[in-house]
Amino acid sequence: MRGKKALLALAGQPNCGKSTVFNALTGASQHVANYPGVTVEKMTGSYRYDGMKVEVVDLPGTYSLTSYSPEERVSRSFLLHDKPSVVVNVADASNLKRHLYLTFQLMEMGVPLVVDLNMMDVAEKRDIDIDTQELSRQLGVPVVPTAIKQGRGKKELFKSINSVAGSERSPEPFHVDYGSMEPYLTEIENEFSKNGVLSKDYPGRWLAIKLVEGDNEARKLIREHHSTPGKVLEFIENKRQEFESKHNEKPERHIAFSRYKVADTISRSCIKPRAVSKQPLSDRADAIICHKFLGPLILVGVIYLLYYLSIVQGYNITNYTWPLLAKIRSITESFLPAPGFIDTPLVRSMTLWFVDSINALLNYIPIFFILFGLIAILEDSGYMPRMAFILDRIFNRYGLHGQSTLPMVLGGIYIGGCAVPGVMSCKGIPCERARFATILTIPMLNCLAKVPLYVLMINIYFAEYKGPAMFFISTISLLMVLPVAKILTRTVLRNKDTSPFIMEMPPYHIPTIRGVLGRAVERVWIFIKKIITIVAVIAIVIFILLQFPGLSDERKAYYDTEKDRAIAGFYQKIEENPYAEYVQGGNLMALVLYWDKYKNAKMMAKGKEAASAVNEKFKAENPAFFTIVQPKRDKEAKSVNKAFKKLFSARKKLLREIKKEKIDNSFLGRIGRAMEPYTKYAGFNWRVNVSLLASFAAKESSVATLGALYEQEVEGESLETRMEKGEKGFTALHALALMLFMVLYPPCVATSIMVKIQTGQIRWMIFSMAFPIVLGTCVATLIFSGGTALGLTGLQAMIAFYCLALAITIGTGFIKNKSKTT
Amino acid sequence: MNLDDLRPGSECLVKRLHAHDKLGQRLMDMGVYPGLAMKVIRNAPLEDPMELELDGYYLSIRHEEARFVEVERR
Repeated sequence: MRGKKALLALAGQPNCGKSTVFNALTGASQHVANYPGVTVEKMTGSYRYDGMKVEVVDLPGTYSLTSYSPEERVSRSFLLHDKPSVVVNVADASNLKRHLYLTFQLMEMGVPLVVDLNMMDVAEKRDIDIDTQELSRQLGVPVVPTAIKQGRGKKELFKSINSVAGSERSPEPFHVDYGSMEPYLTEIENEFSKNGVLSKDYPGRWLAIKLVEGDNEARKLIREHHSTPGKVLEFIENKRQEFESKHNEKPERHIAFSRYKVADTISRSCIKPRAVSKQPLSDRADAIICHKFLGPLILVGVIYLLYYLSIVQGYNITNYTWPLLAKIRSITESFLPAPGFIDTPLVRSMTLWFVDSINALLNYIPIFFILFGLIAILEDSGYMPRMAFILDRIFNRYGLHGQSTLPMVLGGIYIGGCAVPGVMSCKGIPCERARFATILTIPMLNCLAKVPLYVLMINIYFAEYKGPAMFFISTISLLMVLPVAKILTRTVLRNKDTSPFIMEMPPYHIPTIRGVLGRAVERVWIFIKKIITIVAVIAIVIFILLQFPGLSDERKAYYDTEKDRAIAGFYQKIEENPYAEYVQGGNLMALVLYWDKYKNAKMMAKGKEAASAVNEKFKAENPAFFTIVQPKRDKEAKSVNKAFKKLFSARKKLLREIKKEKIDNSFLGRIGRAMEPYTKYAGFNWRVNVSLLASFAAKESSVATLGALYEQEVEGESLETRMEKGEKGFTALHALALMLFMVLYPPCVATSIMVKIQTGQIRWMIFSMAFPIVLGTCVATLIFSGGTALGLTGLQAMIAFYCLALAITIGTGFIKNKSKTT
Repeated sequence: MNLDDLRPGSECLVKRLHAHDKLGQRLMDMGVYPGLAMKVIRNAPLEDPMELELDGYYLSIRHEEARFVEVERR
């Protein structure tokens, strides 16, 4: 068996422990990708056992193998076209009958099968005693009883896989007896098997069954491969109708029912009758967890805990991780060309901008790690379907789905989430229409990055009503999400497929540490890979838009004169001073950098010892400079120090002015000005426009850009006071319009990418950016222009808008849903 | 009588599925077929959806979907 290779496909229904089996087989060597053209995840891995190298593909968990869902289509097409040398069908021993339903379908496809009868421990706990040898005899394939979570049966599974993969003999497919359907199947098989290509590549009986079921993909096979597809398909359609009128049952129904009847017979003959059926522990737990009053209470508690542990505590952890990121920045800085007195080299400013943008996102990693870990716990424990069970009624009214709960929580249902994992977790929503509605509305929730702007605005303009204002902004987003979701499902999404809610409530499990950590690490890694690269590109684009075309030659000359004047003034003051010789020519700039570095080092150093260590270090580096920086009792040094301080702040002022003028003059600044005539109805002046445009890369930038636009007149002046001074005409109404626009702000770059990944189409990504802009502008205009016309104060407008949103939310909740299910 | 008429605690036998296409397929794939015995366990806190037990496992289903399952009381 040395040097042999095998391709293994892992198939099974959801909740049978398939991913545990996958982990047990492949260990750490795993790889995630997408199946081409669909948003279904493809997990692959590999292992070596007894000389056989086995590639493992974990097919998506499906209850059946029809062509209704992308997961089923993907699984089927893999089994048909990639021709795995062995298929391991993981089945839940405590639910044998239902799992055999899939096993039969796999066997009909003629794949070499090993049945892994997993979760034997659960079956034993429930007194279900299965005769696996008898089962194997009846099915005609190896059946390996396992409890993979405990490591039971793993070796036998490996052996069984090797023996099936190693044998050349193709297995005899097991026949489900379809009774009155059998003659029809034979006729249909004969009809298309006259054409050689099909029967060579596809198992004849399987194709006949699929065709009589009316399966679309099977019909496609006929159309693609048969010489006279029209004739064959017509023949089949006639046969289908013939059967239906004769037996008063749809053929696909008859086939499914027959499978269950056979599964029932087999499972009865292999399971020894149990004495008494106990009420499972999970059901007793559900009596509390899904209880009328306790259920919702527990749910709120779980959501709060999720929010508290990841967002609040995760944010605390960033206090410890941020210095690490700052270190990366300072290391990068040390490799870059030093700044000049007033002109910074482009490569320096661009690289630092780049590092800052990436750092802003990397800073969220602790939050994401905790969040993803907790979600993995919720998923593995089985609580997730209970969440959906409790909330489906509410969400369903607005065109969403019970399973929209988790994405909403992640996106920031109250305040402080992130749309990226939110959109990412929409994958689990089985109903396409509800999934799209969720994906499109999640960016309207309050992500962490929107919060700084809210805080800034509330501190300046709603200082007296901080509490109510914060409550308003935290809850208003959900009041807009619900009606917007409803409107979207009734308009642009009305032709999307809906699917029934029918969902399994699996028994509760205790999650394993390995499973939880593994998933958290993997998802964080995907986030880093997918997001960082794109954000990096956008960061550069925004940088260019903010920096260019830059200053005119005239203005450059003006700033140069200003600079020369400041420097000349400095030299004049220290003319007779003995220290003057240390700061001539190039040394002056060296002192500027030394001063800067010393100040920063002092700021970072905590405690007396660290501070004196910094002093020692800088003293050793340049004793003369150190005396200027720390003159102590040296009179001459003191006067140089004083003069230099003045020069230093003159430089700072010049740098700030240049930065402001550059932004004023930049492409983005010009766009902001050009938009002012239109945005003035929403209360936005060009500065606000620029900051909103810059926030597209990441919303944190809104406050940072405003910070750059409102210059600091006094050292250490807060942005709050600067903005208040800089915008005399600004009122609470302006602020409210701006805050609501921020709520409805289009998704940031990272989220947009996720929207593209999850919807699979660029046009949905563009739509997800366009509709919030329109909606946001309308709402902001309504607030500002409407509020001004009615003479409302900011607070009155806030209350009025809240009532309006509440009324619309309640109103839209009463509109009936149209479903496409039946 | 249809499944959505049943109160929590009642047991029934499935007689016929009236749903077609996706809903019908989904019901069958989840193990609902004529002759099957099942029990309504509970309604969700807001009345909808409902939870069923069939053959030792649990399903949740909306009332508007349960309407398509014809049952008889046991």
